[in-house]
Amino acid sequence: MAKVWINGQSSIEVKEAEGINAVHLTVDDKEIVVSGGQTILEAVQRMPGIGNIPHLCYHPAVKPYGACRICTVEVSEDGGSRFKFVAACLYLVKEGLVVKTNTERVRKLRKGIIELLLARCPNVKRIQELAEEYGVEKPRFVLGDQDCTLCGLCVRACQEIIGKSAISLVNRGIYREVAAPFYAYELSEDCIGCGDCAFVCPTGAIEMGPDGKPVLPKVKIPYAEIEAMMKREEVTTS
Amino acid sequence: MEVSLDFPRVKAIVESCTEKVDSLIDSYTDKKEQLISLLQDVQAEFNYLPQDVLVKVSQKLDIPLSQVFSVATFFRAFSLKPKGRHLVTICTGTACHVRGGQRLVDKIERDYGIKPGETTEDMKFTLETVNCLGCCALGPVAVVDGKYESQVTPDKLERALRKCQ
Amino acid sequence: MAEQVRKLSEKRLGNTAELESLRQSILSQRDPNRTCISICAGTGCRASGAEAVIDAFIDEIERRELQVNVELKETGCPGFCERGPLVVILPKKIFYQRVKPEDVPEIISETVLQGNIVERLLYVDPATGEKIIYEPDVPFYKKQTQNILSANREIEPAKIDDYIATGGYSALSKTLFQMAPEEIIEEVKKSGLRGRGGGGFPTGRKWQSCYDAQSDIKYVICNADEGDPGAFQDRAILEGNPHSVLEGMIIGAYAIGANKGYIYIRNEYPLAVRHARIALEQAMDYGLLGKDILGSGFDFTVRINKGGGAFVCGESSALMASLEGKIGEPRAKYVHMSEKGLWDSPSLLNNVKTWANVPLIINKGAGWYSQIGTAGSKGTMIFSLVGKINNTGLVEVPMGITLREMIYDIGGGIPNGKKFKAVQTGGPSGGCIPEQYLDTPVDFDELTKLGSMMGSGGMIVMDEDTCMVDIARYFIEFLKGESCGKCVPCREGLNRMSEILNKITQGKGKREDLNTLEDIAGILGDGALCALGKTAANPVLSTLRYFRDEYIAHIDDKRCPAGVCRELTWYSIDPERCESCLRCLRACPTGAISGEKRKPHTLNQGMCIKCGVCYDVCKFNAVIKGGKGATNGKGMD
Repeated sequence: MAKVWINGQSSIEVKEAEGINAVHLTVDDKEIVVSGGQTILEAVQRMPGIGNIPHLCYHPAVKPYGACRICTVEVSEDGGSRFKFVAACLYLVKEGLVVKTNTERVRKLRKGIIELLLARCPNVKRIQELAEEYGVEKPRFVLGDQDCTLCGLCVRACQEIIGKSAISLVNRGIYREVAAPFYAYELSEDCIGCGDCAFVCPTGAIEMGPDGKPVLPKVKIPYAEIEAMMKREEVTTS
Repeated sequence: MEVSLDFPRVKAIVESCTEKVDSLIDSYTDKKEQLISLLQDVQAEFNYLPQDVLVKVSQKLDIPLSQVFSVATFFRAFSLKPKGRHLVTICTGTACHVRGGQRLVDKIERDYGIKPGETTEDMKFTLETVNCLGCCALGPVAVVDGKYESQVTPDKLERALRKCQ
Repeated sequence: MAEQVRKLSEKRLGNTAELESLRQSILSQRDPNRTCISICAGTGCRASGAEAVIDAFIDEIERRELQVNVELKETGCPGFCERGPLVVILPKKIFYQRVKPEDVPEIISETVLQGNIVERLLYVDPATGEKIIYEPDVPFYKKQTQNILSANREIEPAKIDDYIATGGYSALSKTLFQMAPEEIIEEVKKSGLRGRGGGGFPTGRKWQSCYDAQSDIKYVICNADEGDPGAFQDRAILEGNPHSVLEGMIIGAYAIGANKGYIYIRNEYPLAVRHARIALEQAMDYGLLGKDILGSGFDFTVRINKGGGAFVCGESSALMASLEGKIGEPRAKYVHMSEKGLWDSPSLLNNVKTWANVPLIINKGAGWYSQIGTAGSKGTMIFSLVGKINNTGLVEVPMGITLREMIYDIGGGIPNGKKFKAVQTGGPSGGCIPEQYLDTPVDFDELTKLGSMMGSGGMIVMDEDTCMVDIARYFIEFLKGESCGKCVPCREGLNRMSEILNKITQGKGKREDLNTLEDIAGILGDGALCALGKTAANPVLSTLRYFRDEYIAHIDDKRCPAGVCRELTWYSIDPERCESCLRCLRACPTGAISGEKRKPHTLNQGMCIKCGVCYDVCKFNAVIKGGKGATNGKGMD
């Protein structure tokens, strides 16, 4: 027999089907049964009312990346004696797993991550919403003005769904950004103008431009100015 | 944001080397996972990664150009801009730092106007820092054109640089 | 061409008996009483001028036509880098240090030809004033247990015959023909060997999980991406004795069932790459690598990959990503690399030092190995003892030796009569250990208890002139530059920590900043994706734990007690000590110093940019470094 939860409030007992790969685990003290081979986040997404796991860099259409770390939860593999932090979007469900998605420690970690993100992207609505939910008022850091949180969804969508990989994440560390090869402001023929990148972007940092191609996050300089820059370069170097 | 344009002078060199470039890339056919090794060979040959060579690599080995570009910008061994005639590498490992390595970096910035990773206007010197050369006994260590200098003071560094044309 | 091919296949050893008879034939051709000049040709000594010394010896030997009687050997690094170039005259093992090319003719004429000692080249024990003649008596070496490093003296790295002469590849033949894979793994487990790359994970257990993983294709990888600034043991082993690592890898591959291996060497180690390549070729020639090794039917090939200049590629999943031609981005290791690693196949990744220990364990037995060290940490560990220490170099000691013994007995203490302040262990993932813990035994768990870690064996000694806040800032800057940028805690957290620490060292810090640092440290520890991020805050946390007063001085008093942080350090000239030599005046880049001969010089604070050059050039200790007010107005305009 297995419990099926209705909106996380009440549950009914149902007979378990035979021969399926069922995994029994506990999420926030509620026992659930899910099919094996999925991550905690995927399992919880399908059960409204169970678990509270925010996420930024996750999208069901692409492979999980584990970059934002907001989906971090506490799990215990030994029935609840020792817990460790894992990213729910990457950690596969296991038989007997005990998951806690909303403990004080988890909330403290999420609050810290949101504060760092808010300092990087103070004008992004999604981050502002998360900040309000987790009680982050004013970051203790100098504010940046980025719109891109480097979740990598646009890059992954282009690579995995479209198979084109017209854009990628370049540089490393704090200098990382989403860019086209050689920072070209004009995307090559590799980009088919499908708009998937803009669709999956959680912050609106990448948007479709007037020419049917996306305007990348850092390219805030108007095209006319870039052309002028290129012409000047050609004059001095020829 | 940088709009990267190839310097015509160097472009001419690359164009004249097409056979060499082709054979180099061809030697990696069916070995596209060795992209980093290939780029290291290109870097060694041209002292930087020319744009059209990277485009050729992407076409011939069937690797998305964006991935080639990601790899080229991720690793410090690669440079997308031509380097100066003389390479000055200062070790900023912990042992050298404790023995005053930072002062050498500051001195170059002060006297030559370049920070680590940058090249002087006249293309004479490129300054780089390295995280440990493994010669900690001799710190602070600087390498000028492949020659190791040990227990370097700002004075000693200046003398080594003056020797470079 | 046919001749060459035939010669190559003649070299090939088809079975153990042929290996042993080759060994005997090499040994029989060697005369242990023959005079041999052994010079360390590792990168460290080369940087000290060893190449010129070697050339001088070659010239002199030729000039005197001594080629028949005198052998010249270019060896690997035995560890005493402080005193290089090192020359040892065998068979007596007469030890000369800091040898210059000008000394060479005398060494030949006096020592080699007549057996006389050149006194001025001998090592003088600073503690006793005693002149040490023979290498085994040098206190630096005597107090070590060089189970692995000792081979560096006897082997010329580009000569496989040297390695075979010292017993090389006997462990391999033992495992291929006398032990089953399960027995090999059991032996490694029993030995208690723990990973020498930083994690300290029980090696036998890692091998077991690779063995258990079901797959036709498995990989064996040697992590030689020694990125910790201040550590160079892996380089010394790969440069000096690459076959020991290779032998370990072949044994490991046989044990877990892998047929392909990689040695990932960082880009900044060209000599190690060269010697490793030569070793691979020579092993292939001898049939010790490649198809049907020693006639056992076991195939194993190795490829060398160079790193691209990224510290994060020392992390196993990032290393494997770069082997796949991608950027060095780590991934979550909820499924271990030993199950799904390189190309999603089971992969056994171990550090250079770990591999080098394997032939030793097989040859001498797990029982012998596990008697060395402590209960939790077996065997010897090679440390790089560097920084403010008299005897800088590589030190191989049994686990359990105390920090005090390492720093004072072997290291010779702090130079220039300065006071010890802290020793930083474990590289950027480790922490600083202060004086009160000097009697702690060096062991994986003990160091972790103190808020540091063993790491890959870097041991950086710091004295009273080192600013601990600057050290924390230095490590965070380093990690910030090396962060791959994938996860928020590491990318953003390190950036903000760097901002705060820079503010503090510039005198703009506030008390709340310390709380912020601790909060970010918590986010890193709990939320970061990989070990780089998870341990990134350790240097900050350990300096806050043991040296909080320095942080407070920077914040409250705007003062750097050690006189390092430029904005918080004032230079002045003590008129009582100044000898009016004009040296500082000439060296000053801004003309802030004024004075004339026979009149004490004065320093104009307004023009001083605190570069410290005057402090360096003054031979009379007349330039004083200190915080505001420390100078009592002496020599200040």
